[in-house]
Formats: sequence, structure tokens, C-alpha cells
Amino acid sequence: MLARIQVGIKPCFTDSFGEKIKKKIQGDLKMPVESVRTIKVFTVEADISQQELLAAASGPFSDPVTQDYSLGPLSLDWKLDFDWMIEIGFRPGVTDNEGHTSAQALELLLGRKLSRDEAVYTSCQYLLSGKISQDEAETIARKGLANELIQRCTIMAKADFVKAGGLKPFAPKVAGKSEVKIAEIDLNVPDAELMRISKEGVLALTLEEMKLIRDYLTRPDIKTQRQAQGLSEKVTDVELEALAQTWSEHCKHKIFSGNIDYEDKQTGEKSQFSNLFNTCIRQPTSDIRARMGDKDWCLSVFKDNAGVIKFDDNWNVVFKVETHNSPSALDPYGGALTGIVGVNRDPFGTGMGAKLICNTNMFCFATPFYDKPIPARLLHPKRIFEGVREGVEHGGNKSGIPTVNGSLYFDDRFAGKPLVFCGTVGIMPAVINGKPSHEKKALPGDIIVMTGGRIGKDGIHGATFSSEELNENSPATAVQIGDPITQKKMFDCLLKARDRGLYRCITDNGAGGLSSSVGEMGGDTNGFELHLDKAPLKYAGLQPWEIFLSEAQERMTLAIAPEKLDDFLALCRKMDVEATVLGAFRDSGKFHCLYQGKTVAYLDMDFVHEGLPPMRMIARWRQKTYDEPRLPALPDLGRELKGLLGSLNICSKEYVVRQYDHEVQGGSIVKPLIGVDNDGPSDAAVIRPVLDSFAGLVISHGVCPRYSDIDTYHMVACSMDEAVRNALAVGANLAVMAGLDNFCWCDPILSDKTPDGDYKLAQLVRANQALAHYARAYGVPCISGKDSMKNDYLVGETKISIPPTLLFSVVAKIDDVRKAVTMDVKKAGDIVYVLGATYAELGASEYAVRHGGIGNTVPMVREKDSLPRYRCLEKAMAQGLVASCHDCSDGGLGVALAESGFAGGLGLDIDLRKVPAQGIDRDDVLLFSESQSRFVVTVAPEKSGAFEKTMADTGWARVGAVTAEPLFTVTGLTGSCVLSEKMAALKKAWQETLAF
Amino acid sequence: MTKQVKAIVLTGFGTNCETEMAHACKLGGADQVDIVHISELIHGEFSLDNYHFLNLPGGFLDGDDLGAGQAGAHRMKYAMVQSSGEKLQVQLIRFIEAGKLILGVCNGFQLMVKMGLLPGFDNRHDDRQVSLTYNDSSRFEDRWVSLAVDQDSPCVFTSGVTSLYFPVRHGEGKFVTRDEKTLQRLKDEKLIVMRYTDPKTGRPTMEYPANPNGSPEAIAGVCDPSGRLFGLMPHPEAFLHRTNHPRWTREDLPEEGQGLALFRNGINFIRKNL
Repeated sequence: MLARIQVGIKPCFTDSFGEKIKKKIQGDLKMPVESVRTIKVFTVEADISQQELLAAASGPFSDPVTQDYSLGPLSLDWKLDFDWMIEIGFRPGVTDNEGHTSAQALELLLGRKLSRDEAVYTSCQYLLSGKISQDEAETIARKGLANELIQRCTIMAKADFVKAGGLKPFAPKVAGKSEVKIAEIDLNVPDAELMRISKEGVLALTLEEMKLIRDYLTRPDIKTQRQAQGLSEKVTDVELEALAQTWSEHCKHKIFSGNIDYEDKQTGEKSQFSNLFNTCIRQPTSDIRARMGDKDWCLSVFKDNAGVIKFDDNWNVVFKVETHNSPSALDPYGGALTGIVGVNRDPFGTGMGAKLICNTNMFCFATPFYDKPIPARLLHPKRIFEGVREGVEHGGNKSGIPTVNGSLYFDDRFAGKPLVFCGTVGIMPAVINGKPSHEKKALPGDIIVMTGGRIGKDGIHGATFSSEELNENSPATAVQIGDPITQKKMFDCLLKARDRGLYRCITDNGAGGLSSSVGEMGGDTNGFELHLDKAPLKYAGLQPWEIFLSEAQERMTLAIAPEKLDDFLALCRKMDVEATVLGAFRDSGKFHCLYQGKTVAYLDMDFVHEGLPPMRMIARWRQKTYDEPRLPALPDLGRELKGLLGSLNICSKEYVVRQYDHEVQGGSIVKPLIGVDNDGPSDAAVIRPVLDSFAGLVISHGVCPRYSDIDTYHMVACSMDEAVRNALAVGANLAVMAGLDNFCWCDPILSDKTPDGDYKLAQLVRANQALAHYARAYGVPCISGKDSMKNDYLVGETKISIPPTLLFSVVAKIDDVRKAVTMDVKKAGDIVYVLGATYAELGASEYAVRHGGIGNTVPMVREKDSLPRYRCLEKAMAQGLVASCHDCSDGGLGVALAESGFAGGLGLDIDLRKVPAQGIDRDDVLLFSESQSRFVVTVAPEKSGAFEKTMADTGWARVGAVTAEPLFTVTGLTGSCVLSEKMAALKKAWQETLAF
Repeated sequence: MTKQVKAIVLTGFGTNCETEMAHACKLGGADQVDIVHISELIHGEFSLDNYHFLNLPGGFLDGDDLGAGQAGAHRMKYAMVQSSGEKLQVQLIRFIEAGKLILGVCNGFQLMVKMGLLPGFDNRHDDRQVSLTYNDSSRFEDRWVSLAVDQDSPCVFTSGVTSLYFPVRHGEGKFVTRDEKTLQRLKDEKLIVMRYTDPKTGRPTMEYPANPNGSPEAIAGVCDPSGRLFGLMPHPEAFLHRTNHPRWTREDLPEEGQGLALFRNGINFIRKNL
């Protein structure tokens, strides 16, 4: 039967979800809706009796205390007063997690498994009342409630709804074409035709790459080998798709590994760079490791899914940060959810597999108050913000991984593509079954097993799609929805398998799906044989290439020794985790896929992985100059400070942070929200990953996209310094601090589409030079990273490119978490210090932007000054001399002081004449310059002697005191009081901007 | 008094606070603590019969699809122990009838309520008279809350404890009853063990955010009439050491976190009475 079960909160209770939707419609869409009531709809398609249907409705599908259910329209049973009915359900094939859980509940009730034709689908009905026109109802449905890429909506006026007696049941089934076909593509065609094949197939292959494939296939030896497998010199769709994804920018990092001719237009100097990744990222890490000698704590860098460092003799720590920008642009919720559950699989698939202990995130959006017309295919930035926030909430919270550190950055150039960085830290025993946990290797003869979710058309072309700008042809299939619980079940099971030694090698299925995971793991043995028809599917009708390429979530690929296979499969069965044998790893040298026994791909492993020659690119640097900001002659510093505190990049992000569980797993030491009212902005997170040890981890990050407008070299330097100083501010150990570099760039390849590609590539070169320099200077090696190079939007004439962005994430050790320090001032009478000099560096600062100019004096990192300071501060903290410590970043000293003060619920009396500074004669410049490597520190009077001695001659000064009266007073450079504001007023300004 | 206290911490299908819950049991003095996946229980590899203290930790059973704990409760009701053919529910009822202890936190509390284990009036453990529903804010929130303990409640976990400070981390924590009578009976029988309070006055409050979800009577936790089955939304296992406290860097706090007392009380009760 096909039937609908409707469930709703009893009218006597508040429908708080409905209330929330009402506020959203009123606030975001400005529509006069008076009330919203919601009803959940289960569409059951199953061979069951009416009685069984009723048992499901009254049993697992509803709560007898709080909900009513009905097999007819519940709204009519209730005699509900409403004007419009909007029902939103998923499109066929879109992951419906609640439908999936409902089906499992139904199975328990029936005592049998559902057949392939049986399923439960969920949708949500919104009953709106208010003076709303048909057009307005359509807008509410399509712009407010549904994302039509993945959802479908039905809109009916009440009269029509009543007349029709409610909605007829509809099952959004995938209508699969059942005929399996291997397409063979002739590449012996003119160039224009080759490019058409690439573009229309979303292959993102260049002409040279297409020709390379053609030439390979026409080699006589290859032709003979392929003929023996029943293949011609035409390429199969399976092969072409696999090559396109393996060679995609997303997977191959062609820009980072290419050759660059660089010219500095200012000096006329020309130079060449080959492989930025090797020279600027990997090499510095090797140098730092060599310098550490036998104290080297790096274990596995840049080779596995995530970087691995030593935590102590018993444990290793794993960290990875990824981006999920393009999918989040199309479907923010699904994109961000898959972003977080996707990056979870990286540490889980590193070494022998790590338990996940915390998540981090960093989002870049256009302003949520965006009031300009939205270009085609784009969503309003507020919708993106909300969707991403919620996706990460569900992904993190439901996976039981605390979200301990994050931030948001706003710039309208992120309207074209938002940046969604998601990171995950894991921990694994240093030794598992007698072997180092960070190493693994598949052996020839090992069985290929895929575990977890099933394969559907979701996420097909994700890798190639991310390797292009967002355009009118960007495929909706790239969008998918994650299922954290299926993944959690799989992780629970695989951790047991790991500890029992049931597998030899593990990796995740991310971009490129099986083609990537099996292809890469097959590198260990130099070959594999994969039977695509064995793969479990969500629904029938997938072509073999789709099975191979699908990026369907929640899947891991394992190599299992034949003698362990039965035990492994039995464990998976017991723990309700699907596991399927798909083939075996070989030492044949061949990338070999079959479908129902017939070969559908047969390529040399070498050709797939090494066949691509490095790209050649042109970079030309010219220093851009900007108008200086027009600073007010006599600024009202109180007003300026409040304006800055309330600006999007500085204001409180409590709205987001509160909705993330930041404490699960019990190791929370320094939380994201701290201070006397638990709402001050923490600089970094401290966690205790092993509950019976006081050794901890510090997690922080730095990001400053706007400095890229002036010079990406300094953007990177400042991002790194910010991450390092955030970590130091809570007590991290600089000697055991590792970094992760995540580059998000706009297309840096010179072309008609990107006429300034040479400049953008020069920006990338300079960024990498800074990364190499400061990694070495601070002794902070990068252990993992990622790049996403095509963060542009191009539809018609409209092009939006993001400002080049580096997110630098840090994981560091803190030897004893009881020594951690927070940023809130602690006691009246404590002495306030500023560590580090302030320079007239307003370039691209929040204050400059507030006054209409970018300026040119971008902050610089002076490591010869900062490093000794950092080392002394670390010593002072280890001795327990520091009461509070806050990093100075966006908004400068003024903002850092105000935040420390109101987080502590006390006042500050500061004298600017005492602040270490160079070349500054204005109070506003001193207060708001964003010079790097500075801290605001408070110290109890009785410890000040020891503190000052420890800090030695590292550029610090006493600048004032903490006061009992919660007032922020500042004496200016001329000796008069230039600012006097109540801390409560400052805090209010800081809190109200994003108090949604 | 020499009895070995054995605690079981149930996990799987989305539960996620099992590690700290087990840690709390150990610190609280349990002699044996096993984290057991519900599949292992269903496969008969472990049995509740061998334990005294069942911990139902927080998490998102089945993703909280169908409502928090709802699908999980349904599984507990229908699951059959494969080795013996006995319903898991029968094993559980036997556990309760033996006078053993159950502590459900957050999702564990939601599970207890949706299974009908609480409030457990008249020794009925499958009658759903109360529920936990969506917060008035309709948001999941992580925030610390002040709590007052009813000293007259029969709850064995809270003896000697008067006020507490724990985090809540939930989206569905508003406690509701089938009718007024049920609420009255909970009050009359002193089964409302814990209430959200205004940190300034120490009195139960309906004001957000001190009352984070809008629970009537500011209910944060309830027990059954025997006091041995206890469920609460706030997380005692999240405050086992002073460094878990959000203001530990600015307040003088005892080394031990306030959550530990609940576990120690439960374990001591077992040692004395079972």
C-alpha cells in the first residue's frame, strides 16, 4: 500500500518549530504570516495491513504524550484555521535520513526486512495563516523553506486543500533506467570536439589532457593489452570519468605541483618556481623535522588523509581540515553537513584509523544583511549562513564530536562562493597490535571491502565540479546530504575491527568515490581488480561509471587479508553495518574494473597516477595601491569602538557557538565562550583527549582574507601569526605546535575568463613564500593541508571572485591543562600589560574599511621581535604568572582590551602614552591598528615582578590596571581622557549584531 | 559492604557520551565498568543480569529522527536477545525488579521516558505518561545551568547534594506530562529531583536561559518512586574535574567536579544495598 501518516504536536502544546519558521518568514522574507503549524508526513510504501500502518503511526512514528497522528489530513482532524498549506519533501534519490530511520523502525515492528520496493519517505507540511497572496506563498515555499535542487514543494490554498481532501500519497522513487550501458568515446576527433566532450561531460579536462589520453590509447602495446580484455582504442566512460577525476585540480593539485614563470613587474626580476607544494610547504616541514632531530614529533605528514603527530608515548594525534565550498553554495545545509562528516572520515581513514575527538570550522560569507539583487543560481547570504550553521550543527552534534573552535568572516566577495572549512582532530593509540598506528599498507591479494552507506547518484562529479567556477551548468547531483548516524555506526564498528586487527589498510571515500579510494590504495600493491556490479546501490539504474565515481557519503574502503575476511564481515553484520566485497588488490600494474565479469576499465596504474606532465603557468606581480582611509579629524573613540565591536568580523558569534556541542567527550578545558557570564570570546580551545591524563591539546586558527587586497604575502604571514598567537594565548607549547594550510583561491590561470590570472597566480606564489618563511621561522611545520583553487562565480557577465584566503589551523600540546589561561580579566587591581609594539598598520584593517579606504600599510610579522616574546610568554604561563591573556587582532588593541574587560565583568583604566608604539601620533591609530604579534595580558600585582623578569626585553609595557567599576577609560597621547565607556554598553554593541 | 559493583554503559546507534560516563563510574568507585554496544547486548555477548548499574548516556540515538530517543525506545521494546530468544525488555524489567540502578542522562533520559521507564508509577515500566519535547527556543543549545535538588526526593543518586551546576546540551529537553494529574503526582511524590534555578536567587525559574527549554515546574530531572531510576537533561558526567567548569580559570573550585557525587552516591548505594 501507499499511505500517508501525519504526525503533529498536539494543539495544546506550542509547536516551537512552527514558531521558529514563523519568525524566519517574518524576519527574512518580511511576509505578514500570523501563525505556522507544522506536521510531519510519513509516506509509507510497503506491503502491510491497515492495522500495521496504524501500529506504526501510534508506535514508533508518534509520541503519545505530545503528538497526535492521523492517516488522513491531521489539520482537518484538528479543524485548524489556516490559509495556506505548503508541503516540502525530498526529490527522488536525495538522502532522507528520517525516512531511513522510519523504515528501520517499521522493520522492527513487522519483524522482517523491507524489500527493495518498500520504503518510508518523510516530508513536512507547513500550515500558514495570514494575509498571504498566492505569489507570497510561492515565495515563502521556494525562497524560504525549500531548496528546489533537492526538494519539491506543493502549495495549496486551504479551500483547495479541503476540497481535495488533503494530499494524495506520493513516493519520490528514483525512476531508474535499468539498461546498463558502457559508452565508448572516440577521442580521434578534432580538438574542438575533444573540448566539447570535456565541457559537456563536466570532466574539466584540458585539451592537452584529452590528447594525452588519446595518445596513450593508440600506443600499440596498450592496444594489444586492451584488445585481450575486449576493449578498443576508444576510451570507455568508466575510464574517461576516472581519469577526469584523478587528474582534476581538486584531486591532483595541478596548480600547486606545476611550473611557474614569475615576474615582479616592480623590480623586473624574473624567477621560476617548480612545484610550490614541494618547495614551500613540504620542504620547510622536512627542514624543521631535521632540526628537531630525535625530538621530531611528526609521524606522518602529507602522505595520508591527515597529518599525524605524537601526543605522548601512548597516543598519536591526527588533524585535517577540508573545504566544502561549491556544494555549500548550492545547498548550504547538505553541503556543510557533508563537509563536516566528510572531513571526519579523513582522520578516521588515516593510519589504522583514529577516534575523532573534536571538530573545528571557519566560514566565510557575504553579509547576512545583503540587500543587493542576488545573481542567478545564488542563494541569499543569510540562507547560506543559516544552512551552513545548521549543517555543521547536525554533522558535529549527531556524531558526538565537540566543535571546539571556529570563526566567521564576512566579505561580500563570498557571495559567489562561500568558504566552508571543516576540520577534525582524531587520536589513536601509538601502537596497535604491535605495529605503529600511523603506518599501513595493502598487500597484493588483500580483499577490497567497502563499508557503510550505499551508492547512489549523489555527489557525482563533485571533484570535477569543484575544479571549475560555479556556472549555469553546475550539476545538482553534486549536492548531497550526509547521514551522521550511519557513519557513527560504521566508526563504532571499525574501531573494534581495528583493535582486533581485522584489516590491513583503510581509507575514506571522498572526492571521486571508489575510483579514488581504490585507485590510491591500489598504489600500495600497484594494481587492483574491482567488480563494480558487486557494489550495493541505493536504487537501481546506476551506470558502472556512476558507481565508480559516486561520492555517496559514509563509506570507507578497506584492504582485508583473506584469512580475516570472515571475522570482519561477521563483526559488521553483528553491528548492523553493511560491508561488501568488491574485488582484490593486485600487483598487476593495472587499474582494472569489471562489470558482470566484463572489463570496463583497463589502464596502467602509472598512466593514471603519473601520466600527467606538470602544468606551465604565468605569474606577474605588481603591487596594487589603494586610497588611504579618510580618518575623521576628531574621532569619537567611544563611538568608533562600539562600531568596530559591532562589525560583522569582530562581533560575538555566540548565536552560532551555542548551537554546537562543544563539550561532549568530557575533555573540555577552555571553551569557546568564557568569562564571568560564559559569553566572552576565547582565543583557542584546550581539550584533554585522554581523561586520565592532564596533558592537553590546543586548537586554534588564523585567517585574514582582507589583507590579500594589499599583499598575499602578509595575508599569509598574519594568518599564521594569528593562529600561533591564539594558541599561545591559552598556554600552548610552541615547541610542539603543528600547522595545517588550507588555501582557497580564485582561479589563478590566465585565460579569457580570468584576464588577471597572472596576478592571482603571483598572489599564490607570494602566499607560499610567506608560508615557507614563517613556518621555518616559528618552527611550526605544516603536517597536512588542502587547496581549493576555483572559488569564482561566473554566470553571464557576472563574475565574483573570493579574496585569496589561507586558513592556518594549529594543533599544539599543552603539557598540563591546569596551566591554561583565558582571555577574561580576573581581578580588580591586576596590572594590564601590552606585549609587542604597535605600528601605523591600518592597511585593510577593520578601522580603515570603516572609513572608506583599504590603505596600503598592511600589518607585517616581525618574527625577530615576536619569537623571543612568544617564548618568554610561554615561560610566564608555565610558571602561573599570567591571570589573563588575549590576542590582539581585528580591531586592534581597542577591541582586545574591551573584550578582555567585559568578558571579566570588570573595568580597565589604560594610558595610551605607555603603549609600546612606533611612528604613531593618533589615538585612533594606536587603538585600532592591527599590528601583529601583540597580546593584552593581566597579571596580579604580587606576580608582576616575576612576570616582568620572565618577559625580559621583549617589547612590553605596563599600560594600566583592571578596575572594579566596569568602565573602560583611556588616557590619550596628549594626556587627556579620550574614551570612557561602560563595559556593558560595549558588550551590548558587540553582542547585538548577530543575535538572531 | 564488600560487594563488587559492576556498571554497564550502553552505547551504539548514535550514543556519544559513553567514554566520560564510564570515566565517571570509575572515578565514582565502580569496580568494573564496561562500555557495551547495544548490538553486543542483542547478540547475548553481554547481559544486564551481570551488572548493578545501567548507564544510559547522552547522544543522538538514531539521529533523534522521529523525536529524541523515540526510535531507540522502539528498538529496546522489540529487540530480541539472539542467543536466548528473550526480549531485551524482559531482561531490563528483571534488572529493575532486582532493585538495580539506572541513570539516564540527556538522550538516556529521553530514552527512559520514551520507553515508559519513568516516571514508573505503580511499578509500571512501559507506560508513557511523560515526555521530553522541543525546547521553546526550538534550538539545540550548549549552556551551563544552575540546578536545585529536592532533598525530599527518594532519588538515591542525589542524597546530600543540594545545588549543582552542569551543562545542558540538547534541543529536546522540555519535560511535559500527559495531563495535570501526572504532574501533580510527580510533585506530590517528590519525584521532581532537579529543577533549573536562577543562579542569583537559587530558586526554580521559568526564565530563559536559566531555564533553557521552558520545562514546566523548571523540571530538569525526575526519578521513579523507588528513587533508583533517575533521568536528567543536564550532564553530570561533563563536570568531573574543576577544569571542566566554564569559569575554572577565575574561580576557586574544589578539585573534584560536582558531577561525581551523583555517580558515587549510586555506587555506594549498590555497595550497601545490593
